[in-house]
Amino acid sequence: MQALYAQLLVGLINGSFYALLSLGLAVIFGMLNIINFAHGALYMMGAFCAYFLLNIAGINYWWALLIAPIVVGIFGMILERTMLQWLSGLDHVYGLLLTFGIALIIQGIFQNYFGSSGLPYQIPDALRGGINLGFMFLPIYRGWVVVFSLVICLATWFLIEKTQLGAYLRAATENPTLVRAFGINVPRMITLTYGLGVGLAALAGVLSAPINQVRPLMGADLIIVVFAVVVIGGMGSIMGSIITGFALGVIEGLTKYFYPEASNTVVFVLMVLVLLVKPTGLTGRAA
Amino acid sequence: MKNRISALLLGTALAFATAGLALAQDKTVKIGALSDQSGLYSDLGGPGSTLAAQMAVEDSGLLAKGWKIDVISGDHQNKPDIGSTIARQWFDVDKVDIIVDVPNSGVALAVNNVVKEKNGVYINSGAATSDLTNAQCTPNTVHWTYDTYMLAHSTGQALVKSGGDTWFFLTADYAFGAALERDTTAVITANGGKVLGSVKHPLNTSDFSSFLLQAQSSKAKIIGLANAGGDTTNSIKQAAEFGIVSGGQKLAALLLFLTDVKALGLDVAQGLNFTETFYWDMNDQTRTFAKRFGERSKNHAMPSMVQAGVYAGLRHYFKALEALGGNPHDGVKVVEKMKSIPTEDDLFGKGEIQPNGRAIHPAYLFEVKKPSESKGPWDFYKLVATVPADQAFTPLSESKCALLKK
Repeated sequence: MQALYAQLLVGLINGSFYALLSLGLAVIFGMLNIINFAHGALYMMGAFCAYFLLNIAGINYWWALLIAPIVVGIFGMILERTMLQWLSGLDHVYGLLLTFGIALIIQGIFQNYFGSSGLPYQIPDALRGGINLGFMFLPIYRGWVVVFSLVICLATWFLIEKTQLGAYLRAATENPTLVRAFGINVPRMITLTYGLGVGLAALAGVLSAPINQVRPLMGADLIIVVFAVVVIGGMGSIMGSIITGFALGVIEGLTKYFYPEASNTVVFVLMVLVLLVKPTGLTGRAA
Repeated sequence: MKNRISALLLGTALAFATAGLALAQDKTVKIGALSDQSGLYSDLGGPGSTLAAQMAVEDSGLLAKGWKIDVISGDHQNKPDIGSTIARQWFDVDKVDIIVDVPNSGVALAVNNVVKEKNGVYINSGAATSDLTNAQCTPNTVHWTYDTYMLAHSTGQALVKSGGDTWFFLTADYAFGAALERDTTAVITANGGKVLGSVKHPLNTSDFSSFLLQAQSSKAKIIGLANAGGDTTNSIKQAAEFGIVSGGQKLAALLLFLTDVKALGLDVAQGLNFTETFYWDMNDQTRTFAKRFGERSKNHAMPSMVQAGVYAGLRHYFKALEALGGNPHDGVKVVEKMKSIPTEDDLFGKGEIQPNGRAIHPAYLFEVKKPSESKGPWDFYKLVATVPADQAFTPLSESKCALLKK
């Protein structure tokens, strides 16, 4: 039983990465209608950004949490301005192909320069060590990841669903022409939204840098699972992707305990089941 | 009609003539370096192995003697089907004579069958499974650098003898992990130890915390990592985080490469014991080679033992070709010649290729240095013990290789 508690907690930790990443995807899909396959590559860029900040500029982890999402977010906005904006109104396949291509290019460049085995990034001193919870040894850093990502997720949800700015955003996706008539710069808002989604990916990258190796393919390995999370949660649904992210982390954790061989397929089995029963995802509305 | 028949006859005659010529004094060789060029094993093999193959060609001196030697490379993406398709195409279309490297035991075993079927030469350096020279040995295969038997015996035995008599395995869920767990378990039980349990994880896992918790609660003294590359580095890094080593359990990285230590950083990797057959900083010869290699490799990386094995294996292959006076394009014949000449090179020292295809040379038990002991960017290991060549690998009496039953 003790072991089970431990697995549940570990699942929650992984779930927080899924939640942060799928949240960014959901924001981008909900507001821009783009299936952002470059998300994994941008997550990886966030981790590399933290590495460079520490090793070249001597800037520590805490500042990296702020700077890396901004830097990568700006990179994302440039992508949106120069390429993605031309896709509005086209079929989803175009966005998917373009972002997938961008992901391959970014990963290829990083791989060419840094190889595949990755770079070391240490846990910041303040978060080293762990607490003995009785049923498990919880590394402080992991606890921090859960709490921090939960806060960020809820803040994003609040921003989009409960504030004036969020209302404009949602209105702009429903009817851009009308919102423009009110004097709001819709293209700029869309660019900023993409930047926000990308920034969330980069933030997840910084959070994961001390746990996983900082390596060019770290995002490629994760992104497929995250897409499954988004599909299960319902494309574009903010709260849906947060809840599904955490829930799937837990389910995956339990699978690792009961039948580890299936741990990297269980998410996809669930995806198939959900799609069979409810094709719009758990919280999605019919298109 | 008459014209066509005579043309046909002429063509056939010409074909026979050139074939005869080829047997006598053909001096062309085509080498295929088949590796993981972009995935988790690409740093320990990959482009570095292709470079090692090119260096072997240049250093052989055969080019100056009128030989024409080409090196091509391919990416098997860690998928056995892709690996064997490339191998087949290389033999059928590109007329490749020899395939080298091939990390990933699953792919290595698949390619093993193709090479035998096409009667090519196969010098495997990258893969670990001892089956290549055991149950699945072929007259076309030489397994150069290391194998699971050697890793299990050197590292496993050392740890059991120093008191680590209970084990729990984290095993990569494919041919290599299974072989390494099997061979290590045999050593543990033979030395009076006990295996308390194991968990199989998928290849290329990024989060090991669930598995590590299971290992932790098993209370085993040693947690054996029967995985490789990125899987090993992630498990070591996360084991530190979960307080496994500070809790009194010890990690046994059964297979650890230079590139993995580099990726981990000495802070995390220090104190780990593991076995390799080559380290760049062993002696003057290895240092000279490593320096030349580092000048041309990506990020000036030092050679891994896999890359060193590609180089040394090919140098020996060239010796055999020279002794034969030309390339007979007959894999069995060349490998027989390779087995008849004792091996000796700057990187692995003196040894031989046994009848089952196993190249034997000394193995070294290393310990990763503390950050304070390291004097340079690649100064990582200190030597703990040397296992002589004749004890490092499977004794022929225990080998199930069919070639030994003649």
